[in-house]
Amino acid sequence: MNTYLSSNNLAVTKDNALNTQISLRHVSKVFPGRSGWFNKITGQTSSDFIAIADINLDIEHNTFVSIIGPSGCGKSTLLNIIAGLSEATNGNVMINGQIVNKPGPDRGMVFQSYALMPWMTVEENIMFAVETVYPNVSVTQQKRVVKEKIQLVGLTGAEKKRPHELSGGMRQRVGIARALAINPEILLMDEPFGALDALTRGFLQEEIERIWEQQRKTAIMITHSIEEALLLSDRIIMMTKGPAAGIDEILEVPFPRPRDRTTVENHPAYLKLKQEMEDHLYRETRAVEEARIK
Amino acid sequence: MTALRAKSRGNSPENSWLDNENVQALLLFLLSLGIFLLFWEVGARMKLFAKGVPTASLTIKELWYWITHPFYNNGPNDLGIGWNLLVSLRRVAIGYTLASIIAVPLGILVGISKVAFKAFNPYFQLLKPVSPLAWLPLGLYLFRDSELTGIFIITIASIWPTLTNTAFGVAGVNSDYLDVSKTLGASRRRTIFKIIIPAALPNIISGLRISMGISWLVIVAAEMLLGTGLGYFIWNEWNNLYIPNILVAIFIIGIVGILLDQIFAYLEKLVSFGK
Repeated sequence: MNTYLSSNNLAVTKDNALNTQISLRHVSKVFPGRSGWFNKITGQTSSDFIAIADINLDIEHNTFVSIIGPSGCGKSTLLNIIAGLSEATNGNVMINGQIVNKPGPDRGMVFQSYALMPWMTVEENIMFAVETVYPNVSVTQQKRVVKEKIQLVGLTGAEKKRPHELSGGMRQRVGIARALAINPEILLMDEPFGALDALTRGFLQEEIERIWEQQRKTAIMITHSIEEALLLSDRIIMMTKGPAAGIDEILEVPFPRPRDRTTVENHPAYLKLKQEMEDHLYRETRAVEEARIK
Repeated sequence: MTALRAKSRGNSPENSWLDNENVQALLLFLLSLGIFLLFWEVGARMKLFAKGVPTASLTIKELWYWITHPFYNNGPNDLGIGWNLLVSLRRVAIGYTLASIIAVPLGILVGISKVAFKAFNPYFQLLKPVSPLAWLPLGLYLFRDSELTGIFIITIASIWPTLTNTAFGVAGVNSDYLDVSKTLGASRRRTIFKIIIPAALPNIISGLRISMGISWLVIVAAEMLLGTGLGYFIWNEWNNLYIPNILVAIFIIGIVGILLDQIFAYLEKLVSFGK
């Protein structure tokens, strides 16, 4: 058992075990293929797909963690399991010592596609979350929270606008405000800036850094961007390619906070970390391509 | 914008309104209408068409008469066109409302459950392509009343598009919206009323629009066999062999159809939110 665990980057020691908020043990996800007599007759059988295999991970309170890896390596699957939207085939996820297998308002989620309701205004989108999670709080209190979060993400004045009237960057601000409005312990972000142009992206990254300094929640972010991961995270989890993706390496990011792009980029460790991540991503992406050709 | 365009082309603003697409389309429309009416008038006067085809001027005169005298009542076979229109509209309103009250909730129920969708879809698919008039004898047998049969036909006709569109819309709600609802821990009831129904609303309205179009198509045909209403008006004028009035009725049915459709076009716009 012990040798098995140690081969999987189980970075827990007894000292920080108390501080651990999220812990994943042997988490695997298998998407079952089509089998059985009916599919055999119709000739539609396919084999099982192992998305992620045996992931072990511990995340401490108030840590910002990024997950980076080649496309299709099961990053989103992993995040969905933590969110409770998808169930692990094996293993379990524990938050504060409790096994979770369904979604809950202790985890706020930011979606790549923003996932705003087009028929609701900015205010109503956030209010929907607040009303759902805190139905017994007074309306004045609810309204105050909504107003506060709109202010936090810098959207004051756009309360009555509908999502289609906003730019991509503004929409994602609403998404972030909605996730924060329910005051979750953990913020889960699935490529939150993936659909944005480079300029907006950079701007919003700095906003996230600013907001995170204020709120200091545990955050897990999936990203494709090395710079983004380095700017925002305390730790970066690098995943191997799928199928059966696992954790390849965990990088500690030593930059002092609060950060901004310039101080981070001028830090002596920056280039080395960046190089390491580039090498990793390059290697894994090459491997993905080679596997496709075969 | 137009000023800018005019400037860049070096045109004076007096000419620029001719560049407008809508103005051009209107002019072309009026031109084609003029040619059509002229051809009709000349052709009918020279007896180029079948025997008894009225002239354009006579038809327009009749149209003017019916529009200015919509409401008079000299018995069921000599009723103002306004009364007939109201009779048709009343039948459509009752039948259509009944159909919508059944179709929207049923569509939502069927759409929410994948199993129900797959199980009941064959019924809808089978019944959808059947001409509603095929139900006419059954309706007469069941109700032994022309009024109820008319309403029955309209209900049957307008139930399927709304039902299938609603079910389709509900089944196809963006899974991201549902994920949001799940991560917040919203109840099933709250998810249905706050997320699923509003998200499916554009599809529901489209279904209602198609249903309304079909109702209006069907009522005319049904009324030819039932007595009173615009369909009966046409049938009656056919028995009188007075063609101008048939043409007038066709024109009025078309205009009312446009108006009904535009109401739903407006509603569709209201719920589209930039899509």
